[in-house]
Amino acid sequence: MSKTIPQLQAALQNGSSARQLVEAAFQRLEEVQTDYNVVISSNKQKALLQADQIDKARQEGKDVGRLAGIPFIAKDNFLTFGSKTTAASHMLEPFEAPYQATAIAKLEAEGAILIAKANLDAFAHGSSTENSYYSATKNPHDTAKVPGGSSGGSAAAVALDIVPFALGTDTGGSIRLPASYCGVVGLKPTYGLVSRFGVVAMASSTDVIGPLTNTVEDAALILDIIAGKDERDSTTLSSRDDTYMSSAVVKSQKIGVISEYMGEGISDEIRVQVQKRIDQLKKLGHHVEEVSLPALNLALAIYYIVVPAEISSNLARYDGIRFGHSADASNLDELYAKTREEGFMDENKRRILIGTYVLSSGYYDAYYKKAQTARTLLVKEFKKAFEQYDVLLGPVAPTTAFNLGQNTADPLQMYLADIMTVSASLAGLPAISLPSGVDSASLPIGLQLIADQTNDAQLLALAQQLEKENTRG
Amino acid sequence: MATVTLEQVQRVAALSKIALNDQQAIALQKELDKILEYVEQLNVVDTAGVEPTYQVTGLSNIVRSDELIDYKVSHADLLRNVIEHQDGSLKVPKVL
Repeated sequence: MSKTIPQLQAALQNGSSARQLVEAAFQRLEEVQTDYNVVISSNKQKALLQADQIDKARQEGKDVGRLAGIPFIAKDNFLTFGSKTTAASHMLEPFEAPYQATAIAKLEAEGAILIAKANLDAFAHGSSTENSYYSATKNPHDTAKVPGGSSGGSAAAVALDIVPFALGTDTGGSIRLPASYCGVVGLKPTYGLVSRFGVVAMASSTDVIGPLTNTVEDAALILDIIAGKDERDSTTLSSRDDTYMSSAVVKSQKIGVISEYMGEGISDEIRVQVQKRIDQLKKLGHHVEEVSLPALNLALAIYYIVVPAEISSNLARYDGIRFGHSADASNLDELYAKTREEGFMDENKRRILIGTYVLSSGYYDAYYKKAQTARTLLVKEFKKAFEQYDVLLGPVAPTTAFNLGQNTADPLQMYLADIMTVSASLAGLPAISLPSGVDSASLPIGLQLIADQTNDAQLLALAQQLEKENTRG
Repeated sequence: MATVTLEQVQRVAALSKIALNDQQAIALQKELDKILEYVEQLNVVDTAGVEPTYQVTGLSNIVRSDELIDYKVSHADLLRNVIEHQDGSLKVPKVL
């Protein structure tokens, strides 16, 4: 049975200790780490110390928080004070974070216990976790397949039942895609809802933080705890909902199936599963119909101009002087150039170069400005759609998990895995990947639901209702 | 149709301060060419009279009062990562 937060909380109520929960998590981690390469680092001593503190406080009758004793894992691009933060990169291999990411601090304030840092594509650049400096993570359902990326380790950790929740980041699908390939719930909240303070920056206009879990209810709980304005992240929204957890019955939603996401490029087996969910939603009393959003066909092209541009800017800080890897060099220029050649993976370099190219003099208008202008068309099309529909629907990806090594020789082929996830990122919309059946090779399929900005609670409520219907029938 | 030249690859590599050997530059030239060709489908999109979107949640310059905030980060923790430092200052190779 998959681990959930209520399940572990029940165990604590029935006499288990936080120490036992943490030990069980480490035991499971040790069982699977060699075969699946889920994590980059772990800190058993520290976790057990925290567990003992929680157990002591519980015994003393103190309020220990909503997640007291619950072990979790964070993607290794979250800065954690006192343990390694590498972003799965050679560039940050020596790095010791001087502060804690806000999202992790908030979870720890509620008693949750961080046990390890999950593997990812280096600097979160990738869709398969194959770009990690620490080797790829394997898909929990088939070790010959990728877990998706870039939050592959986080998705695998939950799918393998090491922990009931993990933190990931999503810039163009990096929570939703691995969630889809690994058969877990992956939530991308509205842009700005969760503070990114202490998270290694990739693309500042689309990066978000979110949870990967086995149930929608757990995803809502984690969002409830990590959402909110943070003075240290000036892109955070000024307000949030009182709660993202809902027990209200979701009535009569208008749901639009994105016809551009149901076309020829989608595997037949995925289309069948998506249609099953559409039928379930109709049975639940919702109004479901097709809607065409032609601007969404531009999303991947926009994304692979805008995001590399922002990446080239955010990765300029890795200079071999203030932190991270530093090359042997005889002058300043050589220090920069060698450090960055040695520290970055091929995909990091690719994206920095594309970004620099599209921002450079003579090319800026034709590429970057054009892309950001086309982005407006995309944003407007979504806005118009949300005047008519409460939620939009489609698959997360055109296929289920592909083979390790299948797309590594062709970067563009790899980018195409994101074709249905980048649009919500470019518009800052909340979106969720919900496990929806498997294909004939028993590989998970993910259903994507997208809502308008700040409608995260409504999105979660509908997803939860559909999830219940799935487990029933 | 994108035709990225080797010279252009070298130019952007120099701009972004990444040392590339000839083999790497040639490989990247092919890859960049293919990727740029894909994204150039935007060329035919009519964007006349449309403003660019740089920020999707309507934020404009966020300001705060000019007061010191204690982030509770120690000097020692910050310096621990610095490659070379002396008397609390960072040491860098000669710039000029």
